[in-house]
Amino acid sequence: MAKVIEGLYYAESHEYVRVEGEFGYVGITDYAQSQLGNVTYVDMPEVDDEVTAGEEFGAVESVKAASDVISPVSGTIVEINEALEDQPELINQDAFANWIIKVQLSDPSEVENLMDAAAYEAICK
Amino acid sequence: MDKRTCLYEKHIGLEAKMVSFGGFEMPIQYTDITDEHLAVRQHCGVFDVSHMGEVLVTGPEAERFVQHIFTNDVKGLEAGKILYGMMLHENGGTIDDLLVYKEADDRFFLVINAANIDKDYAWISSEAQKYDVKAENQSEYYGQIAVQGPDTERIVESVLGLECKELVFYTFKHIEVDGETIIVSRTGYTGEDGFEIYGSHKFIQQAWDKLLACGEVKPCGLGCRDTLRFEVGLPLYGDELTDDLSPLEAGLGMFCKLDKEEFVGREAVAKQKEEGLTRKIVGIELEGKAIPRHGYEVVVNDEVVGHVTTGYNSIMTGKSVCMALVDIAYAKLDTPVQVRIHRKLHNGVVVKKRFYQKSYKK
Repeated sequence: MAKVIEGLYYAESHEYVRVEGEFGYVGITDYAQSQLGNVTYVDMPEVDDEVTAGEEFGAVESVKAASDVISPVSGTIVEINEALEDQPELINQDAFANWIIKVQLSDPSEVENLMDAAAYEAICK
Repeated sequence: MDKRTCLYEKHIGLEAKMVSFGGFEMPIQYTDITDEHLAVRQHCGVFDVSHMGEVLVTGPEAERFVQHIFTNDVKGLEAGKILYGMMLHENGGTIDDLLVYKEADDRFFLVINAANIDKDYAWISSEAQKYDVKAENQSEYYGQIAVQGPDTERIVESVLGLECKELVFYTFKHIEVDGETIIVSRTGYTGEDGFEIYGSHKFIQQAWDKLLACGEVKPCGLGCRDTLRFEVGLPLYGDELTDDLSPLEAGLGMFCKLDKEEFVGREAVAKQKEEGLTRKIVGIELEGKAIPRHGYEVVVNDEVVGHVTTGYNSIMTGKSVCMALVDIAYAKLDTPVQVRIHRKLHNGVVVKKRFYQKSYKK
């Protein structure tokens, strides 16, 4: 059973955002990593790139497949999780601890368009 | 609606992840592609390849007919030997790649790709009308497993009780088991030693159960079948060979015997050879770990010069490598090229397609 964490916001395309002040930490959910299997590569954007809610900003890849990662929020990337460059498997170990990008949110109210944990858990069944 | 092989229930029982491939519902992986890949490289794995098609050609003109439809040369081939080659359109494009098993001068067994069974059989049947031969589609009758990896010979002998030691690479034999005749050949699609076994659904189901019960054989899905064949530079129809690609363009000219009297597509291929190719399948090795996938662009000086046909992060070498169809100007070894992966261009260089050394038992 895939893990879902309270307090995060979830997108239908299986990304989450954890909001801390004016920043959002974006990654893929535990359900997404379990469907993908062993992650072998994470394609990441660069710091200062702009992301837009609903648009892809990178990809998470297993041996067989590449899966686009869609940003649930808009803003400017202030940090990428560099640990994933050498250890993409961290996403399998703990998808929620190993976010992919940290975004300075341009419109914090956008999270209202996302699901809470209960709603997201329901679509993963 | 996809077809199911005689081992479908086994795959479901093993909780395999199933996908649609070549018109069949097939296991892509049971546990993990990497583990299954390593099992074949280091020990032994078994694949359900019952989706493959089989066509039996018989009759007084069987040899002449096979010469007509097949690019390789079966003239004078000993019974018990197998040749790899292609069937071509008149324009040199590839209808399919296949194995031809010579059973006797008047009897040849053709093994074709699942996705092409209907297309191939229709074409073979239409060409057969000009010859005194019968072509019979036996795909529904045969189940097939591929047992692959360095420990395979011992396991096939001890667990399945099939004597196969004396078979050398690309030979086969018939064995009588419980009133039926099965076929065992020393062939495969992994770059490792191994056997492919053809028999009734019942025989194949029993063989599968025995292999899994012995504890030494890992069930392997199509996912690692693709990573294994790719790593040793073997083509997959649909990626490196298509209706629009000739064997020469795929780098498989050695299987096209242009000195044969005739075969369908010979003139087109001979002309290509004489005039020179305009494009070719090459290997590319990339810097970094980004994975080039089928369809991604190959770029030189901001210009698209080709497309990736298959690409992976090689499980044995850890390198990101791909096969790609590129303009001939960029097909030479050591040519610097780039591949566009998710918006970014990644630097690479043209290399040999064999990313990992085969270890056949010849």
